[in-house]
Formats: sequence, structure tokens, C-alpha cells
Amino acid sequence: MANMNMLQQLIYYYQQNGAYVLSQFSRHFLISIYGVLFAAVIGIPIGIFIAHHSKLSATVIAIANVIQTVPSLAMLSIIMIGLGLGVNTVIVTVFLYALLPIIKNTYTGMLNVDPSVLDSGKGMGMTRWQVLRIVELPLSLSVIMAGLRNALVLEIGITAIGTFVGAGGLGDIIIRGTNATDGGAIILAGALPTALMAIISDLVLGWIEKKADPTQKKA
Amino acid sequence: MFLTMEHLNKTYPGGKVAVEDFNLEIEKGEFICFIGTSGSGKTTTMRMINRMLSQTSGTIKLNGEDIGKMDPVKLRRKIGYVIQNIGLMPHMTIRDNITLVPKLLKWPQEKMNQRAKEMIKLVELPEDYLDRYPSELSGGQQQRIGVVRALAANQDLVLMDEPFGALDPITREALQDLVKDLQERLGKTFVFVTHDMDEALKLSTRIVVMDGGKIMQVDTPDGILRHPANEFVENLIGKDRLIQARPSITTVGQVMLKNPISTTPGKSLTDALRLMHEKRVDSLLVTDEANILKGMIGIEDVDYNFNSATSVDDIMNRDIFYVQSNSLIRDTVERILKRGFKNIPVVDDEHRLVGIVTRATLVDIVYDALWGDEEEDEESDNIHHGTDKTPVSGASQTDAKGGDQG
Repeated sequence: MANMNMLQQLIYYYQQNGAYVLSQFSRHFLISIYGVLFAAVIGIPIGIFIAHHSKLSATVIAIANVIQTVPSLAMLSIIMIGLGLGVNTVIVTVFLYALLPIIKNTYTGMLNVDPSVLDSGKGMGMTRWQVLRIVELPLSLSVIMAGLRNALVLEIGITAIGTFVGAGGLGDIIIRGTNATDGGAIILAGALPTALMAIISDLVLGWIEKKADPTQKKA
Repeated sequence: MFLTMEHLNKTYPGGKVAVEDFNLEIEKGEFICFIGTSGSGKTTTMRMINRMLSQTSGTIKLNGEDIGKMDPVKLRRKIGYVIQNIGLMPHMTIRDNITLVPKLLKWPQEKMNQRAKEMIKLVELPEDYLDRYPSELSGGQQQRIGVVRALAANQDLVLMDEPFGALDPITREALQDLVKDLQERLGKTFVFVTHDMDEALKLSTRIVVMDGGKIMQVDTPDGILRHPANEFVENLIGKDRLIQARPSITTVGQVMLKNPISTTPGKSLTDALRLMHEKRVDSLLVTDEANILKGMIGIEDVDYNFNSATSVDDIMNRDIFYVQSNSLIRDTVERILKRGFKNIPVVDDEHRLVGIVTRATLVDIVYDALWGDEEEDEESDNIHHGTDKTPVSGASQTDAKGGDQG
């Protein structure tokens, strides 16, 4: 091992532990996705709600901002006190961090819908629900997607520290590398897929976001 | 009554009164314009009709039914709605935009396609525009779609809130013509909010002038021009328009010369010639004893026929052009100018000669229309303002005969 350079060591590691890396990769990805999905399920309705009740918007966004400013390691530890070790703790942490970008983008997206379009929609006889479904959501979809994209990329990074509470994921490999003497290659073996996952997610969601943009519509 | 508004009041939270005791009855097929400065409550009033706003007190009845007791969503689907910023759905094709209300009403797809085609034909746009998106159309084209979108579900009443305010003058004019045509052809009722007096005068059957939430005047465009109710209405109409409007509301009787030179058929040509010489005129009107207009003779006729004829009766031109004293100058002026008559006799209802309009009179009318404002007090001898209050509506038709007397 010692006579191999970093790249050779890295390739050797993947050859020996390919299946393990793959399982950690999917575990890592799922943790992030679950967190973002839960945050979307909660955050998008909150965003819609505060867009319709502007008095609440300042308070809600302030709370989400506070959550965001807590350092992730601290947050993880605090939640661990309640939920104990394991993957659930990480998912909850990821969920909390994803809330802000999702709420904020949903809120912004809804507010950016042209008021005259809303006025004509309502004036033509749409119910509130129809205005939301036919007008507001389609027109703010791309901004909401941008929020999800931000959230997911952020979460992939945060999931990496989930290893400290025993959640697994690519963070496990990175920590193993930091604990080993001359573990540079192992660190890379964990860090590279993490980075790759973030970049690919960003690209894919960016593409979806563009597709969803109503101003891009052409016959 | 199609639409009745009774004692409408609207006070915004904070005590600002937007509309105060608004009463109006609108018949089917009318084109009503609400006009006023910003803050006059015209848009507020319009938006109460489809319950986009609710009144503080008062009732609105559509076909006798209190709209306050109707489901607002169902009500709005029956009323077309066009706003200044057009408000087409940017993420939907033109087809889907046009059939938005039919879709809400759950029409079958086939019927909606049919309707979309009819509608786009109505505004003279090519059918392949149906599959385009609003951003691919010009502002004027978009608003055309906005207009037919408000008609697609057979709405009888269409509300329009300054729909053409953001368009360039040429496009605006084209759309005004379109809307007026639709109103006349399809018999729809329009409530149209504008701050443009020209637009209101052009489109409406009745104009509602509002200021500070109150109705200042409700009248036809002609009525508003002829009798502005107060200074506010006068200012809103503008001095220019009032002056321009004057020829259109003045009757012939007000401007004619009142003592035309006339003779009777029995007189000899010598007498006629002497009379012309005496009064320094080149033609005479011919009346019988009861002053009924019979014809006209000119100096040429006398000259050519002096040896062959003896009495005025032999040579007078019986087929002459004349106007009634209560007909409108607007209808007369153009005819006089076009045909190149030197003068035109004016008769009353019983065909009695009462006056004459000469080309010099026309000069006075045109002069007055352009500069009359400064000289309103110094009435010239020929022009008798304001003494004749004959209503126009009863007899606006000029009774004209086409006799050519060169």
C-alpha cells in the first residue's frame, strides 16, 4: 500500500470496497432526500400560507433563519439528546436545515406571481383552490424548485457529519480516513462521491427548474 | 332592468369613503362608461358588480337577483372581466386562455375547441395563434385575446377596467372599434371604466361621470356635451371638446339669417330684378302668400329668360335644397360645403320660410368653433346664439332635397 501513490490507493480502495462505498452512497443520498422531502411536505404549505397571510411571513421566516444559524454539529448534538443515536437524528437535522430555503423560495415564488394574473383568475370565477392550482403553483414552480435544489445540495453536505451520531453515509468513510495514518486516499474516497452527488443533484434539479419556468414556454 | 345598483356605499377600513350613494340602472345591451379622475371610485364601483369587492351597504341586482346572495364564484363565471394589465395566463396557450371560463364550467373538450376557433375569428387573428403562448403576441393582440376571453362563456355582461390604457393610440383605436362592434353585434352589456373622455364619448351609450365617490352626471355622450351638469364635468370634458362639439349641437335655426329676401310666384321678372338690385342679392326665394317655400330664382335665370318669360312662376327652380330650422348644423354644414351651394333656405315644420343660411354664415360657424370662445359675448349680426332651445332628439334628420341650382 505504502508504495502506491494517492490515485492508485484510491482506485485500490474502490476495487476492494466498491459495494460498501455504493451502499454508503445510496444511504447518504436517501438521508438527504428524506430530509428534503419532509421539509418540502411541511415547508411548501407553510410558504404558501405565509404568502397569503403576509402578517405571519416575517415571524415564520425569522424562525427558519434562527434554525439555519445554529451550527450543524451543535444542532445534531441537541437533537441527539432527544432522539438518541442513529439515522433518525440526522434526518431531523437535515429536515430543519432544508426548511428555510424551501419556505423562503415558496414564499418568494408565490409573491412574484403577477398580481394582474391573480386578479383576472379570481375575476373569471376561479375558487381559491383553483387559483392556487391553476395559477399560483404553476407560475411559482420554478422558484420553488430552486429552493429544493438549494436545500438538497446543502443537505448532502450536512448528512456527511451524520456519521458522528452513527447514521452512516459517506461521512463514515471520510472519518475513517481522518483516523487512519496516511488516510488521504480514504478521505478522498468518501469526499469525492459526496461532492459528485451534490454536483449531479444540482445539475439535475437545475434542469428541472428550467423546464418548470413558465417564461421559457414557447410553442 | 338588467343591472340595478341601489344606494351603494363603500367605505374602506380607516374611514376613506370610496363610493357614496351610487344609484344606477343599466339596461341590456347598453355600453356604460364610468369616467372620473383617479380616486373617483369608478373602479371600486365596477369591482363591486362581480363581487371582487363587497359594498359597505346597498344592493346590486343582476336580472332582479341580489348578487349578494349568489355564490361569488358562480357569479363571476357569468360576468366577463377584462383588466388593464390583460392578465393572460403566461403558462397557458392562447387556446387554454380563451377557454378558461368554459373549462371552469366543465364544457366538453370538443365544444371548447370549437369555441376557441370562433373566438379567435371574432378578433381577426389567425387560427394557428391558438397554440402560441401569450409572450409571443404583441400587447394589442394579447388584449384582443383578453377581450374574447371575457366573452367565451357567453357572458352577457362584461366588465372592463381601463382595458386599453396601456396600448398605443392606433392599437387602442382598433380595439375600441372591435369592442363597440362586439357590443352592437352581440348585444352584450358593457361596463367600462376609463379616464379617457374621447374613449367614453366614442364607445358609450351612457356615461357616468364620477368624482369623489359620487355620481356627478349620467347621460348620453351628446347630453353630456350639450349640458354638462357642473363645472367638474365641464373640466373633465375639456374646453376643446366643448367648442368642437358646439357645431354638432347647434341647430340651423340658431345661426341662420332671419330675414331672407323673398318674392311671390305672381311677380313679374322686372319686379324681381328690381328687388335684387335694391337688396344687393343675386337670388330670390319664392314663397306663396302663406309664406310657404315654393322655389328660388337666380340672376342667371332672369337674364336667360327675360324675353321669353313674364312671371317669376315661369322660371323659378322648384326642386331646391332646403333644411329645417331645428336640424343640426353638424348634418348640414358638410352637405352645404360638399355641394357648393351659395345659400340654402331654412323652413319650419310647416314648410314656411323662416331664414337662410349663406356661405358667410358657414364662415361664422367655423370661425366660432375655432376662436368663438374669446368672442362669445360679441354676437355678430348673423348669429343668434342660444335663443332657440329646440330639442335635437325629436328632429335631427335634415329634410333635404337634392335639387341642384348651381
